Amino acid sequence: MTVTVTKADTLPIHSGDDVVRVRQRVRALAIEIGLGLVDQTKIITAASELARNTLDYGGGGDMRAEIVQAGMRKGLRLTFEDQGPGIADIDQAMTDHYTSGGGLGLGLGGAKRLSNEFHIESTPGAGTRVTIARWK
Amino acid sequence: MDRIPILKLGGALIVTIQVDMHDRLALALEEDLTAMIVRTGARGVLLEISALEIVDSFIGRMLVSIAAVSRVLDAETVVAGMRPAVAITLVELGLELTGIKTALNVERGMALIQARLAEEEEDGHGGDRDRYEG
Repeated sequence: MTVTVTKADTLPIHSGDDVVRVRQRVRALAIEIGLGLVDQTKIITAASELARNTLDYGGGGDMRAEIVQAGMRKGLRLTFEDQGPGIADIDQAMTDHYTSGGGLGLGLGGAKRLSNEFHIESTPGAGTRVTIARWK
Repeated sequence: MDRIPILKLGGALIVTIQVDMHDRLALALEEDLTAMIVRTGARGVLLEISALEIVDSFIGRMLVSIAAVSRVLDAETVVAGMRPAVAITLVELGLELTGIKTALNVERGMALIQARLAEEEEDGHGGDRDRYEG
C-alpha cells in the first residue's frame, strides 16, 4: 500500500534540551493522530532513546517527524539522522546491553521493540539514519 | 539553573519530579540528593514520579544511580507513582530498575520507608549508622 506523508517537519538535535523538544513534538504529533496513551508513551520513549543516540554517538543531527497515511491508517514516522562516525557492526549495536559509550545499551533494541517498524542504515565514517514508525 | 526541590520529612527525603528531566537537571538532582543524605542522615529517599510522562534509559539510569549511591550512604530509595503506561513501556524497553524498591503511590512508598525506620528503632539502633543488617 502506498504511504503518503500528510505533515512533516524537522527538529535539530544538538543538546539535551533538543532531546526534550523532540519528546514534546513527538507527543503532540502522537496525540494529533489519535494514538492511545500506551502507544504515545512507547513512541515518545523510542524517540527519546534515538534522539539521545543521535546526540551522544552521532555528534548531533536531526529528527524528521512525519504523519503518514496508508489507506485509512494513520501513523507517525520518525527519522533520526546524523553525520557521525557510523556503526560498523549493526547486529552488535542492536544487541541489548551492548554499548560503545557507557550507556545501558538499550537504545536501538529498545526503540525497535517499542515501534511497529524499524529501519537502520549506517555507513562507517558517514553517519547513521534510523527510521521508526508507529501506526494507529 | 533550575533545581528540583528536596523535602525532609522525619528520617526521609522526598523528591517530586514534575518536569521533563534533561541531563543537567538529572545530574544536579543526584548531587543535591547525595549531599542532603549526608547532611541530614536520612535513611530513606522517596522519588515521586507520577508526573513523568516517560522513563527512558537515561532517566532509568539516573534512578538506578541515585538508589545505588543512596544505598552506599545507608539510605533506601523508593520510587513511587509510576504511571501504568510508563511501566508497560519500561518493561518492553528492557530496562530493569535494579536495586530500586517501587511503590504504587506516595502513601505506600512512605509506609515502606517508615517500616524500615521503625524496624531500626525496635532493634535499639535508631539513628545508629553503624548497625549491622543481616
